[in-house]
Amino acid sequence: MVPVLQVENLRVHFFLDEGVVRAVDGVSFSLEAGKTLGIVGESGSGKSVIGLSILSIVPAPGRIVDGRILLRVDGTGSEPSQVDLVKLNPSGPEARALRGHDVAMIFQEPMNSFSPVHSIGSQIMEALKLHTDVSRHEARNRAIEMLRKVGIPQPERRIDVYPHELSGGMRQRAMIAMALVCNPRILIADEPTTALDVTVQAQILDLLRSLQEEFGMAILFISHNLGVIAEISHDVLVVYFGRVMEHAPVDVLFSEALHPYTRALLKSVPGIDTPVRNYLATIEGTLPDPSTQIPGCPFFGRCTECEGLTICRDEPYELTKVADHHYLACPRLCIRS
Amino acid sequence: MSQSEPLLQVVDLKKHFPIHRGVFRKVVGAVRAVDGVSFSMDPGDTLGIVGESGCGKTTVARMIMAAYRPTSGEIWFHPSNGEPRVDLAQIGHAAMRSIRPHIQMVFQDPFASLNPRMTVRQILAEPLVVNKVCRGRELEDRVRELVELVGLKIQHLNRYPHAFSGGQRQRISIARALALYPRLIVADEPTSALDVSVQAQIVNLCLEIQDRLGLAYLFISHDLGLVRHFSRKIVIMYVGKVVEQALAQPLFARPLHPYTEALLSNVPSTRPSRSTHKIILRGDPADPINPPSGCPFHPRCLYAQTVCAEVVPPLEEVEPGHLAACHFADTLHLMGCDALGCVI
Repeated sequence: MVPVLQVENLRVHFFLDEGVVRAVDGVSFSLEAGKTLGIVGESGSGKSVIGLSILSIVPAPGRIVDGRILLRVDGTGSEPSQVDLVKLNPSGPEARALRGHDVAMIFQEPMNSFSPVHSIGSQIMEALKLHTDVSRHEARNRAIEMLRKVGIPQPERRIDVYPHELSGGMRQRAMIAMALVCNPRILIADEPTTALDVTVQAQILDLLRSLQEEFGMAILFISHNLGVIAEISHDVLVVYFGRVMEHAPVDVLFSEALHPYTRALLKSVPGIDTPVRNYLATIEGTLPDPSTQIPGCPFFGRCTECEGLTICRDEPYELTKVADHHYLACPRLCIRS
Repeated sequence: MSQSEPLLQVVDLKKHFPIHRGVFRKVVGAVRAVDGVSFSMDPGDTLGIVGESGCGKTTVARMIMAAYRPTSGEIWFHPSNGEPRVDLAQIGHAAMRSIRPHIQMVFQDPFASLNPRMTVRQILAEPLVVNKVCRGRELEDRVRELVELVGLKIQHLNRYPHAFSGGQRQRISIARALALYPRLIVADEPTSALDVSVQAQIVNLCLEIQDRLGLAYLFISHDLGLVRHFSRKIVIMYVGKVVEQALAQPLFARPLHPYTEALLSNVPSTRPSRSTHKIILRGDPADPINPPSGCPFHPRCLYAQTVCAEVVPPLEEVEPGHLAACHFADTLHLMGCDALGCVI
């Protein structure tokens, strides 16, 4: 079975005056239809750049320098083929035909991702008009239908309002409607609930889940919030310093994580099992300077479990399979054993 | 510490912002940002205020800092033992100057709350200089003491804020707030701009400082897990009103207001194996310009009845020390953390 999207050894580097920042440094994963892959990482880990590279909208001076992003294309033949998105010209007709039609994206701050001078209806219909051959009237009906599906009350009236007239939650719903109106196979959601309140966040997560059931799209859900990732994902990718640290099914990751970084992250969130007012577990130190090149594990130095082993610092390592669907990049656990 | 004298006592506090329309800027309505809030806290206590955006929690903080003048209500503050209490709701600018050293604030965004043109030394020295606390050698000693108190190094003093990460900047903000030995620190979402691992560092720092200096925190947040970890007493606000107020443990074990129950159930769980019960509320938080009649929560409430739309429920003591503003607080059997499968 060919996955909907397969990312292989993706490297995105930003060429700055201070040096080369390896924002994404050899990331691989695949995305299945109807499934959600969560990408969790702290700020500066490169998680958003992964999403942007799939749409080939990495801002300059960033560039995809290596790797493949293979999108499955179900042609008329019996065998589905794959097209490499990295090879397409980012502003060429093929890439533009895919963007919004096969791969859609929702962003963190819905206010900044809508045009303030067009009604939400016209922005939703724009996607339809670009990618499908429908009449104006038909496009409007489909936009209304989509707004109803995402739970906006009175969609016939709301289709003509401007983004500023909607609340944050409603705006994010409209954003989801715009992303899903062409029925994309892949939805990239970059921190879609971070700007929202908890009760509204719960509504949006619930909505994404039910829309996924209905349309069967694959979701790439990017967030720094471990709780949200745990709620929505089937599989989770933990990224740090542009690299994958651990990749596992959600219940495995949250109950028996192996990577010291994942475990440290999980412990730093106060939960019911942390005694009130006790000191929380922290990760000492800060991210390494992004323009340095680290041969070994980038978590070396902050890791409390590796006991300063030189293999952790110096040895190049790979994401290693440790169990079914469970991949780990820890030199101590992988190279030694 | 005398138990009879609370450090801060807020009584029926209100703040309505007028809405102006038209050429003559006629007042056409009001945003009822804070609409009758009361609570009190003791010296060395930690009070958490929780609510969604627009519920008025930041406005309460600003009134305590005397940045806004309340529409009505009282804010009684005890500057130090032996001195009479003062009403910050009525206080003048000159009188506030002598109170301000006792109440300091830590802001949400560490990238916006530090002057980029001042070095850390200047930032930390300024409150001491302005209030004529110390100068010269003594000033330098105090600045060094502060920077070490928050876990930074003396060599950091000559740097500018841009050279620091978010967590380090928040440490500088905390050091600045501590400069004048305050009795109360108002922290408005101090960690929400930070990553979880850094958040843990800042939370630990705040706890450590409290243990050492015995000051009180008014801690404002939308993160229930964090507030539970941090606070002794918790106030839940919804559209300008207090809906529930209790000690942390009973609040999480047995909430008495349906809004609190929904909030608890909506906290994303980091234990996917644990079965959770989600209460998905309809609609958005109410509009403070035009709040619903009766109980402000009734349009979204699962248990609402006709009386809820008509009569505003008063905040009453349902159980000792546990206040709730719900008509059915004593008859509803709401689910607490355990029943909801909530892991905070």
